[in-house]
Amino acid sequence: MPRLSVWFVRFSLIHLFLGLTIGGLILANKRIPFAPWTWSLLPAHMEFLLLGWMVQLAMGVAFWILPRFRSNPPRGNVNVVWSALVLLNAGIVMVVIQPFVSMGWLSLAGRFLETSSVLLFVLVSWQRVKPMEA
Amino acid sequence: MPLLTRTFIKTALIYLTLALTLGIALALGITNGLFPVYIHLFVFGWLTQLIFGVVYWMFPKYSMQLPRGYEWLGWVTYGTLNIGLLLRAIAEPLQASKPNNLSGALLVVSAILQWLAGVVFIANTWHRVKEK
Repeated sequence: MPRLSVWFVRFSLIHLFLGLTIGGLILANKRIPFAPWTWSLLPAHMEFLLLGWMVQLAMGVAFWILPRFRSNPPRGNVNVVWSALVLLNAGIVMVVIQPFVSMGWLSLAGRFLETSSVLLFVLVSWQRVKPMEA
Repeated sequence: MPLLTRTFIKTALIYLTLALTLGIALALGITNGLFPVYIHLFVFGWLTQLIFGVVYWMFPKYSMQLPRGYEWLGWVTYGTLNIGLLLRAIAEPLQASKPNNLSGALLVVSAILQWLAGVVFIANTWHRVKEK
């Protein structure tokens, strides 16, 4: 597994933990209303799990597994994919904290970063989606 | 493909079918607190469970002696995930429509089990995320 994939996957596991913890608190709160404020974390729960866990894991594994180019670099421009990693995680953090700070633009900016991350990843990875060479 | 992986994937496929069937029920107007169940059958029962199974199979070896880590932890993940999800599928609609002590207790147990499934999976997988 290339180092960049290691980073993607470890971050995805951290997001899985955060998303599940929040989800567990929200679900338990339905029966024992120990913390009504947990409902305000529902968007964070979804963001951590859908973007942070699933999309990020998919990116990390795809970077590792997709057919490689014959020429160097074999997995495309690694710097662009590093940028995608940073943008995705920065975007998730911005979206998650926006409800708790008085910066209304933060969520939009976060989504923009997340979208940019995926677009960059797609640009680098598109041509790796090819038939296996005989 | 190891037995644990086959079990995860086949179970995930069953959840996919259940989720889609529940989707039809929802489209027909049968709600009663079923929408969260629908979502979680999809993302936890189908998607995440599929991922767990394939990751257990495919990720780099933990060690020569234990190439896939501790298999019993994998089975614990499988058990807690599925029992937690099934309890949720029963208790959440009940708690939404006719809340009572039993459905409430089942919901809390479900929350703990689903969380444990994720934590155990992470613990069993973390050290397999490495450069070869």
